Amino acid sequence: MNSEYLLRKIFHSAITLFIVLIINYFLFRIMPGDPVSMIMRNPNANPSMLAQVKSLYGFDKPQLVQFAVYLRELVKGNFGMSFFYRQPVIDVIGSRLFATLVLAFAAEIVAIFLGILLGKIAAVRRGEPVDAAILGFSLVTYAMPTFWLGIVFIAFFCVHLGLFPTVGMYTSGVTFAGFADKAVDLAKHLFLPAVTLAVVIVGGYSMIMRSSLLDVLSEDYITTARAKGLSRRDVINRHAVPNARLPIITIIAINLGFMIAGALQVETVFSWPGIGRLMYEALKARDYPLLQGIFLIVSFCVILANFAADIMYGYLDPRIRY
Amino acid sequence: MENAKKLALHRKRKQFVEALFRSKMSLVGLAILVFFVLLAFVGPLLYDYDHQEYGAGEMLEPPSKAFLLGTDDLGRDVLGELIHGAKTSLIVGVLATLISMVIGTVVGISSGYFGGRIDAFLMRVTDAFLVLPWLPLMLVLAALLGSSLWNIVVVIGVTSWAGTARLARAQTLSVKERQFVERARSIGAGHVYIMRKKILPNVFPLIFSNTVLVSAVAILSETTLSFLGMGDVLRPSWGMMLHYAFEAGAVSVGAYWFFVPPGVCIILLVLGFAFLGHSFDEILNPALRRR
Amino acid sequence: MKLLEVRNLKTYFDTREGVVRAVDDVSFSLEKGEAIGLVGESGCGKTTTALSVLQLLPKEGRIAGGEILLNGEDFAAKSEEELRKHRWRDVSIVFQGAMNALNPVMKVSRQIAEALLLHEELTEEEARRRVLALFDLVEISSSLVDCYPHEFSGGMRQRAMIAMALACGPKLIVGDEPTTALDVMVQAQILALLGKLRREFGMAMILITHDLSIVGANCDQVAVMYGGKVAEIGPVGKVLRNPCHPYTQRLLKAFPDIRGEREMVQSIPGFPPNLVTPPPGCRFSPRCDAAREICFSREPAMRCVEPGHEAACHFAEERS
Repeated sequence: MNSEYLLRKIFHSAITLFIVLIINYFLFRIMPGDPVSMIMRNPNANPSMLAQVKSLYGFDKPQLVQFAVYLRELVKGNFGMSFFYRQPVIDVIGSRLFATLVLAFAAEIVAIFLGILLGKIAAVRRGEPVDAAILGFSLVTYAMPTFWLGIVFIAFFCVHLGLFPTVGMYTSGVTFAGFADKAVDLAKHLFLPAVTLAVVIVGGYSMIMRSSLLDVLSEDYITTARAKGLSRRDVINRHAVPNARLPIITIIAINLGFMIAGALQVETVFSWPGIGRLMYEALKARDYPLLQGIFLIVSFCVILANFAADIMYGYLDPRIRY
Repeated sequence: MENAKKLALHRKRKQFVEALFRSKMSLVGLAILVFFVLLAFVGPLLYDYDHQEYGAGEMLEPPSKAFLLGTDDLGRDVLGELIHGAKTSLIVGVLATLISMVIGTVVGISSGYFGGRIDAFLMRVTDAFLVLPWLPLMLVLAALLGSSLWNIVVVIGVTSWAGTARLARAQTLSVKERQFVERARSIGAGHVYIMRKKILPNVFPLIFSNTVLVSAVAILSETTLSFLGMGDVLRPSWGMMLHYAFEAGAVSVGAYWFFVPPGVCIILLVLGFAFLGHSFDEILNPALRRR
Repeated sequence: MKLLEVRNLKTYFDTREGVVRAVDDVSFSLEKGEAIGLVGESGCGKTTTALSVLQLLPKEGRIAGGEILLNGEDFAAKSEEELRKHRWRDVSIVFQGAMNALNPVMKVSRQIAEALLLHEELTEEEARRRVLALFDLVEISSSLVDCYPHEFSGGMRQRAMIAMALACGPKLIVGDEPTTALDVMVQAQILALLGKLRREFGMAMILITHDLSIVGANCDQVAVMYGGKVAEIGPVGKVLRNPCHPYTQRLLKAFPDIRGEREMVQSIPGFPPNLVTPPPGCRFSPRCDAAREICFSREPAMRCVEPGHEAACHFAEERS
């Protein structure tokens, strides 16, 4: 690996992170509901109390110092206190992280698998009705609000057909006999939200896969593979797909913002106890510190994922040497 | 000279319109958009509905002759709400896109034109906006500014310009080195003049089709923000309808008429923009045309 | 029996602009161990002719007529499934600019072994040993056996490509501009290697190039193609010494430099014809200095100018 490439990527990620921190800091300052204005709202508050609180939070210091303090606290893991939960923000988020990761991971796996498959079919049968159908599916799912698809799924599969439980991650009030029972219950609850999330992102993957595969299929090495006497299936699976798959990796990272938006909506609709649902609750309760904390952590994850994708891409494509 | 230029421009425009009408995709997109524009601006004149009038019918009444698409949780006519809500989606879509386009173009052209440190700085900011999870950012901003239609427009506009900026920059870089720009520079034209008169006209076609695609995203964003409770309560919109439908439990009683029509309208409108944007791209940027 | 006999081959492409007659009534034949050069500008049907032999055409392409007899079997009439067994076993190809002819995400040795495993009953271990032997044959260090194509130099990629082409001991090898994009020294080395191995194994060759000097040094026969048709065909010595088609004469005069095609197009004014609506009469007539009235209306037939040497020009005999 070329360390220069690596350093440059780290540098870029660091700058992006810094910009996010600045945006976050200023949003936090101008938000209604900072500790000071909370106290101002208290009719019993007097000027000396106010000054005391201000100095306690460091609001009497210059902005630059305040920013430094803010950074220091962040590094220590201090994201502030949630108004609503009366707990450190970091703890509240931590308790919800697992649920989101399960959902996102399940959806991503389904979407990647299905996206590559659909894209492959569309490219191989370019111009045939199947291709048009896949294109149509991709377009419609792209144009579809995620939460709406969730609503329609709930109404149809849960309410109308009664196939799946509608809310939450586990059936509430049940003690599970063992790990297996718990996993089955989780799977039942997970299925529909994960499918909803997968459906809205799969269209993008299949379109990328299709165009990438079409590009690859016109390359010389495909003719070489055919000339060697490989069957059409082997030409596509062994030679075309491994090359065509590469762009998907970048797209997964770029799509992460899209994925997060989707998870937020899906969790809201399905009452899935993850970060997305937490954000929705924080919005409703106007719990600004919590909102800020979520925003920061999510941004950090996205930056990290983009960085990881760059590294991964280099690993999978031997032509790129760092 | 001036005349010949005009004539060439006229011919170009004519070719563009002809190409637009030849492409099936653009026709479908155009038809959808015309339909919704009529629905939004002529519909309310023809279809009598009062957003404030609760209890015109029973709560969550299924479709009937009196209410073709049934009623909502407050006994309002769903069809009326749908027609009156079209305007909100269109207005937000167009205005937010306009803001996004202006920011994106200014940032992109300045970045590409000036280069150096300005470029590096602007591109890092652009990257940050590309990477930032846009829905949480919008939600935070909307919560901060308060939910009104105009705030939503601003919020969507200021969070969605990064892609446009990237495009504008790339195109500016390729235009910058061409002769007519050098010539303008050599006769001492100012930076703003060159950017406005020489670069913008060449960057615009690329931006334009992208802009139409951004509208599709803007409309989806408005819907989502409204659904998540950041919408303007005073205006009927498809997103707000879905918000109320969800909050009032229309889903768990299977009141399809309440939540399916707005969703279908959103899908159609977004597709309309996407089709048109895609066709623009094919016609205006033939270099990109493949398959 | 001749090794390869192509009779009246027609290969068409169905495109949005219409039917492109990329190869239109082409005939030639090849004895065992013999080499023929297909020469002409880009887009004149050289590569399409060669790819038609194994039906390796893109989706839009189809063989619209004619016969391709390899060892007496008509390949043009075979199905894709039947042909697969013959591909690489009987006929293999060395493509131009080997960078893209080798799969970038697969190790070179793997790509060669793949061909071996497909056509012969071998274990992985045996295949690997064969690959190493082939590397030795084309003079690539065996330490490179587990490298990816981008880790090879241009010349080495071309050697690897030749190693791959030899893997299954084919009777016919197609070289599609095998030395374009290589510098002159490497070009000469590769051609020498190819010639040596060809003689060693008694393989026939179709060499596609736009460079007549390469043909002169490496082939027994030459077919000059223009606009999807054979303009002139015959033994190399006769054609080069006594060119009878104006196009061949122009080609010989247009000293191609090492960078190739671009120079040539400049030296013969005009461009190759549009093959959807080719010009009436002789296809070369719009660019021909010596064209007379008949050239614009009647298509010339092949005329024999000396034994084995034919040219498709109304005035071929006058020029000989």
